[in-house]
Amino acid sequence: MSVQSVKMNALRDAFGSELAKIGGLNKNIVVLDADTSSSTRSGLFGKAYPERFFDAGLIEVSMMGIAAGLASSGKKVFVAGFASFMSGMVYNTVRQSICYPNLDVNIVATHAGITVGEDGATHQMLEDLGIMAGLPNMKVVAPADAPETARVIDAVANDRGPFYVRLSREKVADVTEGYDFKLGRGLVMREGGDIALISTGILLGETLEAADKLKKDGISATVVDMASVKPIDADLIVKVAKQTGLVMTVEEHSIYNGLGSRVAEVLSERQPTPLKRHGIYDVFGESGTAQELLKKYKLNSDGIAEVARDFVEAMRK
Amino acid sequence: MQEVAYRIRRHAIEMIYGAKSGHPGGSLSIAEILSVLYFKEMRVDPKNPSWPERDRLVLSKGHASASLYAALALKGYFPVDELMTFRKINSRLQGHPYISTPGVEITTGSLGQGLSNAVGIALAGAIDRKDYRVYAIISDGECEEGSTWESALFASSHHLSNLTVFVDFNGLQLDGKLLLDLSRIDDMWRAFGWNVIEIDGHDVDQIIGAIEAAKRETGRPTAVIARTVKGKGVSYMENNDHYHGNPPENEDKFRTAIAELQAKIDELDDKIRSLGGSPIEVS
Repeated sequence: MSVQSVKMNALRDAFGSELAKIGGLNKNIVVLDADTSSSTRSGLFGKAYPERFFDAGLIEVSMMGIAAGLASSGKKVFVAGFASFMSGMVYNTVRQSICYPNLDVNIVATHAGITVGEDGATHQMLEDLGIMAGLPNMKVVAPADAPETARVIDAVANDRGPFYVRLSREKVADVTEGYDFKLGRGLVMREGGDIALISTGILLGETLEAADKLKKDGISATVVDMASVKPIDADLIVKVAKQTGLVMTVEEHSIYNGLGSRVAEVLSERQPTPLKRHGIYDVFGESGTAQELLKKYKLNSDGIAEVARDFVEAMRK
Repeated sequence: MQEVAYRIRRHAIEMIYGAKSGHPGGSLSIAEILSVLYFKEMRVDPKNPSWPERDRLVLSKGHASASLYAALALKGYFPVDELMTFRKINSRLQGHPYISTPGVEITTGSLGQGLSNAVGIALAGAIDRKDYRVYAIISDGECEEGSTWESALFASSHHLSNLTVFVDFNGLQLDGKLLLDLSRIDDMWRAFGWNVIEIDGHDVDQIIGAIEAAKRETGRPTAVIARTVKGKGVSYMENNDHYHGNPPENEDKFRTAIAELQAKIDELDDKIRSLGGSPIEVS
């Protein structure tokens, strides 16, 4: 398959159209946004169901409390916004008003990670997986592409919150078409014997390409899509660790408290295995195009392959 | 109503002393507001706490939980005996209100959130065209929180006239006198598009009047600025910020507090009887 023939889609577009579709089936859904509805695509729901859509204004903190009030009154609530403002900024309200009473509020955070690009560090949320996964009752999912996003939104609609769904801004290749999403289950996208690459979010496509590149160097890699960060698929992590003896995580998130940390917890408790956590190494982001940034931080396929190759070689010594 | 308020106060002091922790000052200042809401105004069914048509109260100043629990027990949501488990291990009566306690609508404690919760509940009522009313009790200190004003602006922008907020204006917060200038509190709420009513928060007739006026209001929510005395009803606690978060220090102080509150209950009972009535059935 040539690169040109791969379909490129934005996760947020899939979110907006899926939510609008579900909104017709479930009249109990109410959607809130804080002045980002044209960017998050929650506006698609708003256009279809204006009486159940509230563009709340720039009141992110209170919007979470309002969402909790709606949910405590029996509504299924989706809240959409940029990841920076849907996690750190609102943490205490999400903690007390949503997670502690365990309410059906589902946060869809778009524009996560370094690939936000030109807007720079203020808008490149790199700590949200840890912030949210640390909250009791909260479930955390970072889909890999547009098809998986649609399946995740569908799963959230049929489950009960609270959920934190982490999406990115960029269009990425559809690589999960034909797969199913199940909360707490990872997907084995490719099997190999030398190393297991586990990714979350939109870097799955780059990770798959990295596996192709590694193959040319004689390294065969398993690739796992771990969209479900919490609950995480611990059994699958143990299984691929046993099969390959080396594990590397890939995420556009800090190596602290994100996927890498979760995998480290599982491995150290159940299957001690050499692990490389690849992601953002405890720094803030910066401006640039998404592609330039992925290259600079070694999160494009070349960078991922390079880091994996170095890790494999170091472990072989 | 006044008599019930003093019963709430007596229970609250017993609970706080029993737990050796809690917040007496702000619990005592809202007793009349709670009494009027639960025993006169709110349409609730203690046997069916999740009745969809019920009126709702959010105690945003969750540290006044002792008085809320006392009011709920007196109303019949759970046994009065259970009140003495307050703040103890394995109790349903957590230090700050938790959603699974019968009659508690939502979790509160970290200040500045309860109003947003009440706004969400009022918004759900508006979406569903239900006629239930939503009340929130917030503290004056909470008017220092930015999120209070975010929620206030949202509520007036969306014309949530089913929402009434009591501002328990007792003038003191944990560290003493109000730390920021809230002398124009009425103008502040008015500027945010609210109907504003100022009352003596210990005068039950004025509380009832304010609620009735709020019900007649269309197109905007109502803020009732209730001038209250922190620690009301216990002489050594009144206007004393030390008792924001400290229980009576010893048995003597506890007995003094209970004696003062009981004397007031007896006096009010006598007054009710002399007018030919009987003290309200509360449990």
